[in-house]
Amino acid sequence: MINKLLSRSIRGQLAITIGAIILALLVGAVIMVLTSPIITGSFDPWLWVDAYLALVQGATGIAITLNPFSIEWLGLNGIIDTLVRATPYILAGLAVGIGFKAGLFNIGAQGQFLMGALGAVTVAVFLADAPSFIAVPLALLGGVAAGAAYGFVPGWLKANTGAHEVVVTIMLNYVALAIVSWAVTGPLRSTTATFARTDDVGAAALPILGGPSGHELHAGVLIAFAAVPIVWWILYRTTIGFEVRTVGANPDAARYAGMRPKLLITGTMAAAGLLAGLAGAIEILGVQNNLPATYATTVGFDAITVALLGRANPWGILFGGILLGALRAGAPLMQIQAGVPIQMVDILQGVILFFLAADLIVRWVFRIRDAKGTDVDELKTVTSSYGGSSASGS
Amino acid sequence: MTAPSADLPPEQVSAPALEMRGITKRYPGVVANDGIDLDVKPGEIHALLGENGAGKSTLMNVLYGLARPDEGQILLDGKVVEIADPTDAIDRGISMVHQHFMLVPVLTVADNVLLGKEAMRDRIFLDKGEAHRRIIELGDRFGFDLDPDQKVGDLSVGWQQRVEILKALYREARILVLDEPTAVLTPQETVEIFAVLRRLAAEGHSIIFISHKLYEVLEVADRITVIRRGKVVGSRIPSETDEDDLAELMVGREVQLTVDRGESHPAEPMLKVDDLRVTGGHGGDVVDGVSLDVRAGEILGVAGVAGNGQDELVGAITGLRQPRSGTITLDGEDVTSDGPRALHGKNVAYVPADRHRFGLVLSFPLTDNAVLTDYYMEPYSRGVIRDEGAIAKRADEAIAQYDVRTPAASVTAGTLSGGNQQKLIVAREFDRDLKLLVLDQPTRGLDVGSIEFIHKQVIRKRDAGTAVLLVSAELDEVLELSDRIAVMYRGKIVAVVDGRTANKEEVGLLMATGGRDEGAADQGSTA
Repeated sequence: MINKLLSRSIRGQLAITIGAIILALLVGAVIMVLTSPIITGSFDPWLWVDAYLALVQGATGIAITLNPFSIEWLGLNGIIDTLVRATPYILAGLAVGIGFKAGLFNIGAQGQFLMGALGAVTVAVFLADAPSFIAVPLALLGGVAAGAAYGFVPGWLKANTGAHEVVVTIMLNYVALAIVSWAVTGPLRSTTATFARTDDVGAAALPILGGPSGHELHAGVLIAFAAVPIVWWILYRTTIGFEVRTVGANPDAARYAGMRPKLLITGTMAAAGLLAGLAGAIEILGVQNNLPATYATTVGFDAITVALLGRANPWGILFGGILLGALRAGAPLMQIQAGVPIQMVDILQGVILFFLAADLIVRWVFRIRDAKGTDVDELKTVTSSYGGSSASGS
Repeated sequence: MTAPSADLPPEQVSAPALEMRGITKRYPGVVANDGIDLDVKPGEIHALLGENGAGKSTLMNVLYGLARPDEGQILLDGKVVEIADPTDAIDRGISMVHQHFMLVPVLTVADNVLLGKEAMRDRIFLDKGEAHRRIIELGDRFGFDLDPDQKVGDLSVGWQQRVEILKALYREARILVLDEPTAVLTPQETVEIFAVLRRLAAEGHSIIFISHKLYEVLEVADRITVIRRGKVVGSRIPSETDEDDLAELMVGREVQLTVDRGESHPAEPMLKVDDLRVTGGHGGDVVDGVSLDVRAGEILGVAGVAGNGQDELVGAITGLRQPRSGTITLDGEDVTSDGPRALHGKNVAYVPADRHRFGLVLSFPLTDNAVLTDYYMEPYSRGVIRDEGAIAKRADEAIAQYDVRTPAASVTAGTLSGGNQQKLIVAREFDRDLKLLVLDQPTRGLDVGSIEFIHKQVIRKRDAGTAVLLVSAELDEVLELSDRIAVMYRGKIVAVVDGRTANKEEVGLLMATGGRDEGAADQGSTA
């Protein structure tokens, strides 16, 4: 009886997530078919099949041809690409996810990510000639500290002044962009490069675990995969995690139980900044190798999709991060083989988010029954974020 | 009033205004209504009595078009009807007055009454003149002297309820469902609303009165139908039954309605509150110089109409609010500035009025809720690491000892009935040695069986030497349990009376008026 009850609610959530992904793929297929005259020059009702097969091949290395049918595995490259792409999504997704657990909508993962990148590259540039075993941890620490500080600010403001974290973090995202741009065109600008960027990270570059040129698997992937169980353990097996979840689920009950919502809100935002900053540091030290003044990334925003896909649960976020990583890893091959622009992946991501937020549509299409009394509803945090009352109370 | 239909033509007496036949409604795992028959005659006040979860709400949801029955028929004036949704129900003359009023406080009485069924001129413009005329006419007819231009937010709860009833009458309701209408009223207001209901019935309206207060049902109803576990277990006429009989029908076993409180042995004062002032949300002192003391082994009841400063008083004592001035002393120690955690450490327990908002985290399993206030202590955690085994063991103990009915400790608190939720809180807060126990509306909205259980536990704590501060808007509860009763009115304690000799009317009058002469507004002397 009880197992049935429990699994029904979890199954319901899982069903909605998967339903949203399926619906998004269907919407993507319709868009591809409708735009096929532009892409291939003639109306092609099967374009989406080619596109999705290419996507799968790029992300996993599994090549499927339909006519004649064959299936072949082309090696690890696709999987390595997916994991490397997934790494920042997982960490930044955790940053948004723990915010949801505390009832906070952290839109600021983007800014925290950028500050983490800047912190890491600053340390790395100064330690360019130091041995790796010193440079790498210190550069990571630089990113982590910068991100945590950048998350602390909106947390402290929320706890002590009631300033809404959504508004503050959105603004801080712009501030972060401006700070990066100033630092990289100013004090950190490389004297050897032709455009505004920092020097290469040099000794602070993350060790490469293996993989062919262009598909290197860096050590940051291990950090992301280790972060998932650690964050889960803190949330569900420590009193601190219990307090964070209680504040998120019912701030009044938390106060009644003698917890300190202000401290918890500040701490959670700082921890979120730490994780997003770590994502930024790893991306710079493992993939980018330097920080350009106009660093174009949307990781911090994509992290919101990841956290919602994972229903704010660390294991779910791992799944969401890998899914998004796979989409990004497969997109180039989709463009090469099927001619469908990479931006199709952005559309898919946007539509997934839409269906997750509008879960009534998914319930209706797939006849999923509402499961009551489930875990804290992070979607509610999103939809009620504006005008919602301050979690800290008076 | 026992034969309200006597002056109606006989054929109308024989045809019920409403008949529900064999209503069955199944939800996954439960049969909420199992072949329920209910008939209500024109001009009849028909009480629907049952514990929480017995199926009253489901039945009314079926009637109001909010739920579709799996089996059974609804007949209005002898004709089978299908009620599609609440709009359909209203069009057929069925109206519901909810326990939580559906009013817009910033709008006037007239606007609230009009809302959803606006009187129109030329189909575009609101016809406020016509609306006013009808509201005044209806008010005159049923004896509510309501000013259509007054803001609803400025009205007392009792008058707001009348606005709700007026709204139903304005929509030409013939069948009126009232869900626990007296839960928020003072005894005086209750008497008044009963007079209104009788007048409505005399005009031929049929009234379904949902309640779990037995004496009220006996007082106002013409007929009583008792529901238990989704089935009708009996039907009574007030003159042929009494409270014990009804309680037994409702619960399915013999129930002790008034707890045997026994002798109390008050010792030295445990809690002393001295000249306490607490500022309210809109400025101004909502607790305005309260002094009281509670002795060990004694229950001090605080009676008062909701909103007279009790919430703020309790907030200050339990550490959730900071008082503006005054002192709170616990067992000789100044605890005025202590927060909830510090007080918990000093053996103070608090059962909050709003169990959904404060007492529980509804989305968490019972295990987490069973240790919500002591999760940080051994054996439930060591350092910051939780001991899941110890927490689960504690939850299982609490469930077993305090008779919390649940399929398992791993279900979320939100899935339990109100009574079982409250039992879980009681288990958590009572199950240790206490100096002070603060109870705020400990049995609000609970069924008879749970009330009986919780009252017994309160007496048990008293006898163990705990000082108990009981705050309740439920005057019967205060009278039943308290050794002394302090009456709170507009932030002041206006009187302290002996709990065993206090008279309900007298205390009710003090609650409603604060005592007639200003002299009574001074600090009440200890009785």
